[in-house]
Amino acid sequence: MKTVEELERIRKQAQAMTRLREGKETTRIVVGMGTCGIAAGARETLSAIMDELAKRNIQDVVVTQTGCVGLCEQEPIVDVIKPGAAKVTYGKVTKEKARQIVASHIVNGQVVGEWVIASA
Amino acid sequence: MEFYRSHVLVCGGTPCVLEGCKGVRDALIAEVKRRGLDREVKVVETGCLGPCDLGPVIVVYPEGTLYQKVRVSDVPEIVEQHLLKGRVVTRLVGEAPQAGVVKYEEPTYLGVQERIVLRNCGVIDPESIEEYIARDGYRALAKCLTEMKPADVIEAVKKSGLVGRGGAAFPTGLKWSFTAKADADQKYILCNADEGEPGTFKDRLILEGDPHSILEGMAIAGYAVGADKGFIYVRGEYVLSIERLGKAIEQAKALGLLGSNIFGSGFSFDVEIRKGAGAYVCGEETGLIESIEGKRGEPRIKPPYPGTEGLYGKPTVVNNVETIANIPPILLNGPDWFRKFGTERCPGTKVFTLTGDINNKGLIEVPMGITLRRVIYEIGGGIPGGREFKMAQTGGTSGGCLPKELLDVPMDYFTLPEHGSALGSGALLIMDASHCIVDIAECFMRFFEHESCGKCTPCREGTARLHEIVAKIARGEGKPGDLELLDELGSVMQVSSLCGLGQAAPVPIKTMLKYFRDEFEAHINDRLCPTGTCGI
Repeated sequence: MKTVEELERIRKQAQAMTRLREGKETTRIVVGMGTCGIAAGARETLSAIMDELAKRNIQDVVVTQTGCVGLCEQEPIVDVIKPGAAKVTYGKVTKEKARQIVASHIVNGQVVGEWVIASA
Repeated sequence: MEFYRSHVLVCGGTPCVLEGCKGVRDALIAEVKRRGLDREVKVVETGCLGPCDLGPVIVVYPEGTLYQKVRVSDVPEIVEQHLLKGRVVTRLVGEAPQAGVVKYEEPTYLGVQERIVLRNCGVIDPESIEEYIARDGYRALAKCLTEMKPADVIEAVKKSGLVGRGGAAFPTGLKWSFTAKADADQKYILCNADEGEPGTFKDRLILEGDPHSILEGMAIAGYAVGADKGFIYVRGEYVLSIERLGKAIEQAKALGLLGSNIFGSGFSFDVEIRKGAGAYVCGEETGLIESIEGKRGEPRIKPPYPGTEGLYGKPTVVNNVETIANIPPILLNGPDWFRKFGTERCPGTKVFTLTGDINNKGLIEVPMGITLRRVIYEIGGGIPGGREFKMAQTGGTSGGCLPKELLDVPMDYFTLPEHGSALGSGALLIMDASHCIVDIAECFMRFFEHESCGKCTPCREGTARLHEIVAKIARGEGKPGDLELLDELGSVMQVSSLCGLGQAAPVPIKTMLKYFRDEFEAHINDRLCPTGTCGI
C-alpha cells in the first residue's frame, strides 16, 4: 500500500459491505413473510427487491421481513420506511411492482401512490 | 461487491469451537443454500462474542438477535423462521441479561462493558482484512507513518498512561523509549502470546477474533522505536490463533500493509510467528527470547533488560497481546480519549476471562478500577445457586486472592497491591464458600513446582518446599510454625528469585495466609477442614 487514499478507498467499500450490522438509521424495506405472504408470492417479491438493489448498487438499504399484519388479502405487503418520513405500505406487490418501487420510491423518492394501502 | 440483506455471524472462538460451532456453521451454510437464500444471506465466522458458557453463539443481523446454545438440529428452524419469515426463534434467545438484541457499536449484552481491545471481536470476520479496514483498521498506522514522527508516537503512548497488560504493569511508552534511545543496527518487536496462566484465555481470543489489530500495533511499535522486524511468540496449543495470524500476515503483505516502504514512508516492517512448546516460564520475557533464539527456555539475569539487550543481543520491545491491541485505538483517537476510560492512575480497560463459580462465564472487557462486586453481580450474573462468595483470583495461579473484604476495592494495577493483592494478567477465577483454601493452595503450589525451570535456587527449591509444606497441612500433618515458615520462605523467594515465576509463586499463598489464616490454622491445630470438602 503506497497511499492513505488507497486505504480509504478499501475502507469505504468494505463499510458498505458490513453496514447492515451497524444498526444505524437507514432506509428499511420490510416484506410480509407470513404464510399468507409467502402463499401470495412474497418470496419472489423479496428476491426481486434484492436483485434490483444489487443491480443498482444500492448499499444503504436494509431489507427485513415481518409476519402477517392481518391484511392477508393485500399480500404480498411491502413497507418502505425512510428515516424521518412516514411509513408507506404497499399492497399486492408482485415482483414487477417491487422493482418499480425500488426505482421510484427508493432511488427517486417518489411514492408510487396507486399501490399504497396505508401511510402513517 | 455482494449485497446481502442479512448477515449471520457464527462465533468461531475456541470455546464455541469446542461446543460444535463449526458443525452449526456448515449446517447454516447448507440450509441457507437449500432454501435458495444464499444470495440474500451471508454466513460469517467471527471471533469471540463473550458469553463463552452459552456457546455455540450466533448473531443475526440486521436485527442483531443473539441465539445461544445453538445445535445443528436447531438450524432448519432458524433458517425457516428467522431468515425466511423474519420471526425470531424465541426459545433460543435465552434469558436476561444476554437475551435480546446485540448492538453493533455497543455489544453490552454482558452488562457494563467498555470495548477497546475487543472492539472487533464477534463483530468482524477475523479472516477478512477488508472487514478490519472497514472498522478503521490500519488507519492508525497510516496516521503514524504519514503525519507523526517516531518520538511523537512514543509521546502519545506515554501520555495515554497505558501500562503493560501482561501483569507487570510497566508503562508501555517508557518501555518503548528505552529501545528507541538505544543505538543499534537492528531492533525487534516481540509480541508475547505465550499465555500460560491457568484459566487465562483472553490473548487467545483476541488473536482469534482480531489478528490484524496485533499486526497493526506491532508495526506502530516498530516505527516508534526503529525496528523493522517483529515476532509473535504464540503457544503451540493455540492452533486457531496461529492459523488466523498466518492468514492475517499474508493478507497484510498482499496489500502492502506489512513489507517494505509502507505508505511510501520508507518504513518497512515484517512479522513472523514463533510457536512455543508449552513451558510456563517462556511467558517470562527473557525466557521467551531464549526460546525464540532456539535455546532452552530459561530466564536471563537482568540487567541488561531486553529494551537495550534482548533478542540476539539487540534492543527489543516485548509487549503482551492485550497491550498491543490497545495501541491502534490510542494513536487513532489520541491519548486524551484513552484517559476517559478507567481511573486517573490506571487509564483504559482490562480484559478478563470470567471462570469458576459464576453464572455468566466468558470474555469481558471492563473499565479499570471497576469493583469485583460489580463484575460478579452485574456482569457475571452472580454465583450459581445463590451461594456465598469466598474469594476470587485474578491473573491465574500467580495472581493474588481477593477475599470478600476486597469486593468493593477498585480493581487496577496500583490499588490492589496496596491491599496485598495483584491484578495479574486477566483471569478472574471465582470461588464460592464450598471450596477449601488449603486444597486450592496445594493445587497452585503443585503447579509452580512443576513449572519452575530450575535455573535459580530460590525458585527451584522454594517452589518445592512451598508445595511440600502446604501438602502436609492438607493431609493433616501440619505443625505449629508452618505458616510462619511459608510466609518467610515466600518473602525470600520474592526478593531473590531470578524471574517473575519465583517472585510471583508466593503471591497467592501470601494473600491466602493474610485473609484465610484461620482456615489454615484449623487444618493444623484441629486437624479439620471448616468447609468439610478437602478430605482431611
